[in-house]
Amino acid sequence: MKSDLTKILETKLIREPDVFYFKLDAPAIARKAKPGQFVIIRLNEQGERIPLSLADINPDEGTISLIVMAVGKTTAEFVELKTGDEISDVCGPLGQPTHIEKLGKVIVSGGGFGVAPLFPIARAFKAAGNEVVCVMGARSADLLIYEDEMQTVCDRVLVTTDDGSKGTKGVVTVALEEELKKGDTDLVICVGPAIMMKFVAFTTKNYNVKTMVSLNPIMVDGSGMCGACRVSVGGETKFACTDGPEFDGHQVDWDLLMSRQQMYLSEEKESFEAWKARHAHLLETS
Amino acid sequence: MAEERKRRKLIPNRTPIPEQDPKKRGSNFKEVSLGYTTEQALEEAERCIRCAKPQCVKGCPVGVQIGDFIELVQEKNFQGAIDKIKETNILPAVCGRVCPQEDQCEKLCVVGKKFEPVAIGRLERFVADWERDHGQKTKPKVAKSTGKTVAIVGSGPAGVTAASDLAQMGHKVTVFEALHEPGGVLLYGIPEFRLPKSIVAEEIACLTDLGVDIQTNAVVGKLMTVDELMEDFDAVFIGSGAGLPNFMGIDGENLNGVYSANEFLTRTNLMKAYDFPKFDTPIKVGDRVAVVGGGNVAMDSVRTALRLGAEEAIIVYRRSDAELPARAEEVHHAHEEAIRFELLTSPTKVIGEDGWVKAIECVRMELGEPDDSGRRRPVPIKGSEFQIPVNVVVMSIGTGANPLVPQSTKNLDLNKWGYIVADEETGRTSREGVYAGGDIVTGSATVILAMGAGRKAAGDIHRYLMGEPEPEVETAAEVKNQP
Ligand SMILES: Cc1cc2nc3c(=O)[nH]c(=O)nc-3n(C[C@H](O)[C@H](O)[C@H](O)COP(=O)(O)OP(=O)(O)OC[C@H]3O[C@@H](n4cnc5c(N)ncnc54)[C@H](O)[C@@H]3O)c2cc1C
Ligand SMILES: Cc1cc2nc3c(=O)[nH]c(=O)nc-3n(C[C@H](O)[C@H](O)[C@H](O)COP(=O)(O)OP(=O)(O)OC[C@H]3O[C@@H](n4cnc5c(N)ncnc54)[C@H](O)[C@@H]3O)c2cc1C
Ligand code: SF4
Ligand code: SF4
Ligand code: FES
Repeated sequence: MKSDLTKILETKLIREPDVFYFKLDAPAIARKAKPGQFVIIRLNEQGERIPLSLADINPDEGTISLIVMAVGKTTAEFVELKTGDEISDVCGPLGQPTHIEKLGKVIVSGGGFGVAPLFPIARAFKAAGNEVVCVMGARSADLLIYEDEMQTVCDRVLVTTDDGSKGTKGVVTVALEEELKKGDTDLVICVGPAIMMKFVAFTTKNYNVKTMVSLNPIMVDGSGMCGACRVSVGGETKFACTDGPEFDGHQVDWDLLMSRQQMYLSEEKESFEAWKARHAHLLETS
Repeated sequence: MAEERKRRKLIPNRTPIPEQDPKKRGSNFKEVSLGYTTEQALEEAERCIRCAKPQCVKGCPVGVQIGDFIELVQEKNFQGAIDKIKETNILPAVCGRVCPQEDQCEKLCVVGKKFEPVAIGRLERFVADWERDHGQKTKPKVAKSTGKTVAIVGSGPAGVTAASDLAQMGHKVTVFEALHEPGGVLLYGIPEFRLPKSIVAEEIACLTDLGVDIQTNAVVGKLMTVDELMEDFDAVFIGSGAGLPNFMGIDGENLNGVYSANEFLTRTNLMKAYDFPKFDTPIKVGDRVAVVGGGNVAMDSVRTALRLGAEEAIIVYRRSDAELPARAEEVHHAHEEAIRFELLTSPTKVIGEDGWVKAIECVRMELGEPDDSGRRRPVPIKGSEFQIPVNVVVMSIGTGANPLVPQSTKNLDLNKWGYIVADEETGRTSREGVYAGGDIVTGSATVILAMGAGRKAAGDIHRYLMGEPEPEVETAAEVKNQP
């Protein structure tokens, strides 16, 4: 009965040792998806459903791209997949697309794998006639991803590294603040780890610049049926999968988000350890 | 033969159904009710007096020819009996297990006037299970292709029934389902111990046998809209259910450890979290679990919590025993499994520590004057607040209409709660060629009512597609549009 396996057309390692690029054959999703949306994937019959942002959408080619960072069992299993392999379930596009309009100057700011989903967002803002500035950060130069891609769709790309091995030394908010000081920013969009988004939102608040953040709580169905993804924005409970994932960063209850992300820490560890043990055994015997 | 039976003395009590021992079953997910043996089924079937004007049929939303099938059971023609049921009900193994028979077919059974009614549901289950174990599945007849196409949104009982009927009438049917497996609530909601998922899968496989194409991972309103479906298909039926979970809006409801019943049951049933880490999806197994609510969903959640390993699983319900909306059988099973009931009790807040649930604060209630629903309204007793220490809370206080489909469809009339307005007899909505039925129209109801709605809509869709004359009915849309 399952006829809707999704084929992997291309994979590449984009950052040692754990961040990979995947291009999937998903014409129906590619036709419909917009920047800012995500998919939910399930690798196999035993698999968990996990959300992944769209790092690129190509309707003509009928493909979507994902950037996956191996942080636990499912993502570690995912990044081992090769070109030609198939994924049991890919569901999407989900969530509300980023609201794209001509505003003037838009800053897209990202950290970690978050820079990847910013790529189609930046491209769309550019196409809508905005000046687009990318502010991206990482701990060190070798951890930066998507810098070249961003160069192709942004007017300027500002890089920060914690250790100063590339660009400005310091965290993203340092470079961001320099841009904000110019006083001409109309919108900031930020995708990255919760803690980074929190500090970006704190920074922009001082300059009174509207800031949209892409929240990443734990999800199950991704279509508003379970409520696992509830977040608090402006004192109201919202479902990130259907109301978001983008929300006004100045209204988000960050502590709640970060607390809820930890809900299954011990189970995740157990599952990952069990997988690694099985895996080591497989590698040995093969 | 029927005459002779009528003269015989009636057996007052129904044949009991064997069940798993309550002490053992609290720690496994196997089915609680084991079903009749052939001897027990024959014994129970004998209690039916084959009424000339059977009342029982009137209580069945899909009109199963109850007397006829029971007579075939009496004659030991089990294949004949199941074929008879399948003329009107494509999910007999499901309905025999989960229909609230006491409010439907069995409520009207003539024998029930003086004695216990004939156990129609148990007999229905028996023949359905018999077919699975012994019978040759008879393939339903499919009419010659009409060349017409129909899209069905959602693969719950409403969608599945509509799809099956339309396919048998010769239309090309495609079902679009948001989740990765078809079945709706039968799959993600109702637990394994009441309805084994292998049965749901088998009954749904009948659809594929009929040539129905099931597209999973297809969220209508996101991957495509109903308007887009109308460009590719001749008609659309919406059976997307009432899957939006309600929360109470009390303090602490977003703490770690607080679930909606939908999430708790989906993780367990659909994602098989009870078999973690073999299956990847985790669930918090609380030592002490409070389930807020008193319906079937609450009973399913609390009994699931027990099976996942809770030491104490507690129902917190604001009215009294008499008002519990769950089926009597489910409440009885819960009592047998030593579920604790805190009745006339309402949560006021969830108390946390370091982001995790620690207790639930409740207030005692008393019943006051009857409200609009005719039930006595629970009123809090001042100063009666107390805490129940728990580490998992499951909110099971009902569901609403998921807005994805209604809001992405142009000119579709909705009622004030966001459910789709559709004619009860035909399923027609305010849009020509767009039909709806099941929980997305009525709000959360029952499996068999959803199936009934799917069947009625299929009938009218067929008429619409074949250009047959309209029967004399006013559609909801016409009624609404009248000045
Ligand atoms: C809208 C959204 C978009 C995302 N986009 C990307 C992306 O483009 N690339 C990427 O690498 N990651 C992305 N993530 C994060 C990704 O979903 C998690 O890394 C993944 O679920 C981890 O699963 P795991 O089994 O590998 O690790 P685990 O060890 O199970 O989890 C590691 C952490 O990931 C989070 N997590 C776990 N399960 C889920 C779940 N079912 N849903 C959401 N978060 C979960 C938890 O905070 C957890 O502590 C996104 C998350 C969201 C909500
Ligand atoms: C835990 C629980 C226990 C219950 N117990 C009983 C019982 O014992 N007896 C009884 O008679 N009834 C019971 N019910 C009620 C019964 O299950 C429902 O009334 C019935 O399933 C409704 O059928 P439906 O087809 O309208 O919707 P559903 O069964 O809800 O199916 C709707 C389907 O549509 C899909 N869908 C939703 N949105 C979209 C979209 N945008 N695109 C594509 N697909 C979509 C959903 O994923 C789902 O598969 C119970 C319900 C629950 C939750
Ligand atoms: S389908 Fe349900 S209501 Fe109808 S006869 Fe069977 S058990 Fe009774
Ligand atoms: S009403 Fe009762 S006794 Fe009469 S036919 Fe129906 S099931 Fe049999
Ligand atoms: S993930 Fe289930 S409601 Fe958002």
